Amino acid sequence: MMNTPKELRYSKDHEWVRVEGNKATVGITDFAQSELGDVVFVELPANGVAVTAGKQFAVVESVKAVSDIFAPVSGTVTAVNDALTDAPETINSDPYGAGWIVVVELADPGELAALLDSAGYEKLTAEGGH
Amino acid sequence: MRKAEALIFEKGQPGRRAVDLPACDVPAPDAAALIPDAYRRKTPATLPEVSQLELMRHYTALSRRTFGVDTGFYPLGSCTMKYNPKINEDAGRLDGFAALHPLQDEATAQGALAVLAAMEQYLAEIAGMDAVTMQPAAGAHGELTGIKLIRAYHRHRGENRTKVIVPDSAHGTNPATAAVCGLEIVEIKSHADGAIDLDALRAAVGSDTAALMLTNPSTLGLFERNIREVAAIVHAAGGLLYYDGANANAIMGVSRPGDMGFDVIHFNLHKTFATPHGGGGPGSGPVGVKSGLIPFLPTPVVVAADGGYRLDYDRPLSIGKVLSFYGNFGVIVRAYAYIRAMGPDGLLAASRDAVLNANYCLSRLKEKYHSPFDRFCMHECVLTSKNQKPYGVRTLDIAKRLLDYGYHPPTIYFPLIVEEALMIEPTETESKETLDGFIEAMLKIAAEAEEDAAIVKNAPATTVVGRLDEAAAARKPVVRWQP
Repeated sequence: MMNTPKELRYSKDHEWVRVEGNKATVGITDFAQSELGDVVFVELPANGVAVTAGKQFAVVESVKAVSDIFAPVSGTVTAVNDALTDAPETINSDPYGAGWIVVVELADPGELAALLDSAGYEKLTAEGGH
Repeated sequence: MRKAEALIFEKGQPGRRAVDLPACDVPAPDAAALIPDAYRRKTPATLPEVSQLELMRHYTALSRRTFGVDTGFYPLGSCTMKYNPKINEDAGRLDGFAALHPLQDEATAQGALAVLAAMEQYLAEIAGMDAVTMQPAAGAHGELTGIKLIRAYHRHRGENRTKVIVPDSAHGTNPATAAVCGLEIVEIKSHADGAIDLDALRAAVGSDTAALMLTNPSTLGLFERNIREVAAIVHAAGGLLYYDGANANAIMGVSRPGDMGFDVIHFNLHKTFATPHGGGGPGSGPVGVKSGLIPFLPTPVVVAADGGYRLDYDRPLSIGKVLSFYGNFGVIVRAYAYIRAMGPDGLLAASRDAVLNANYCLSRLKEKYHSPFDRFCMHECVLTSKNQKPYGVRTLDIAKRLLDYGYHPPTIYFPLIVEEALMIEPTETESKETLDGFIEAMLKIAAEAEEDAAIVKNAPATTVVGRLDEAAAARKPVVRWQP
């Protein structure tokens, strides 16, 4: 059974967002890590770069495939989870916790409205959307 | 089950030799006088010390573990692992070809130039193009050459077009090529039936469109039926169409990319034209173009002159050389032999049989394996492990279990847009008996998944090594042997 925490927001591209003030922590969902399989490499953005909603900002490589990770929101990267470089498997073991990827300072909090809630995301994955 | 082989370094005894040489009866040169001190090793190299018999048994045992199309069925999707007729090898090893030196006078290499000229002509005819360069070393190199030609074409017309459109089903080399050429990639979605979304294409093209890169049939093994409409949309925006010939084995002699509206194409001789493939090839990726791009072709170009041929380097608009000398010539000779042996009717029959074989596999396997597209396929078919998922069996497990049945697994987890994909390309060279054997194995695996999933999930059981830990190999690679 996939874990889809209620307090998070989700993109159709399988990223999750945890909003605290004007900052959003971003990672990939339990469904995404399960579909990707064992993650072996993560290419992270530099701290301070601008990201745009819907545009690629990181790359996750699993034993199956190399996948672009798309920014669910626009803004500036204020923290990067460098620990993933040495321990990419954290994305598999703790996707919503230690497996976070970046923190983004929101450029437009209005973008959050376009994201799904947990029920909406569960419906998406149940329909086989990917 | 066979035991894992020790490494050659782990065998033998100090002082043991494979050959006993007599004492040297001429004065030995002083190594110190020949090689500067900085380059001389201070400790002896730890080389294997084995007898000739140990040596022979070691490498013979390894050679018996290799798997190739000469030893078994190899339905690796998108790779066209067809049988390579051995007469191709005979042709490639003729002294007049094999003993040529690339720098000898072209007057003494007229036969080789005639083969290059003939291959350019044959491939142009098969592709519906106006000219061909044989220089690129393999498929991705052909793509690089083709996109550089397209760049040169646009620049010569005073246009700086910076975007390359690729469908989401594309081979990874397509966007990689565009990126290496400094171009921006615009990805467009496919419809549920695998076809390009024409509205998305219309929205994506513009005055900055350099090219659309497309494989037809697509990586889903499906023919793009709207190809003329696709070409019209891209051409109306001033862009060119690039044909990735990876799947040309489906259309050879049946339809021509040039007639579909493509401007540039590469072929993979090592796929479609039966030259050695896998294990390093080498490959060959000739590129064909329509007349407007001929001035930009790589130099030298083989031209007819005085009843023979010469190499023309005087091409001011050329993108220059893309490979040393004239391409992987030995491979080109082998493909030449293949085309001559097959003839136009033979090539047509090869494509038709390739498509027939793939559809035979699809029609029998879709009873047990989920088929994401309800239509005829071309030379390869895509299935998934969706029906096996409830039993905890994934595509990787099915691929590993096939090893126990003696088959090379199909391509897995590609195309990326199909979840848990399994892509089978049987090629035309396999008999119905072979296909039936493979299909029976696949159906048995489907039954095993339902009845005793552990057999499949723990496979392979009969190979020298069992299930490899791919994640550990990628995360903590050990790239050299340590004593």
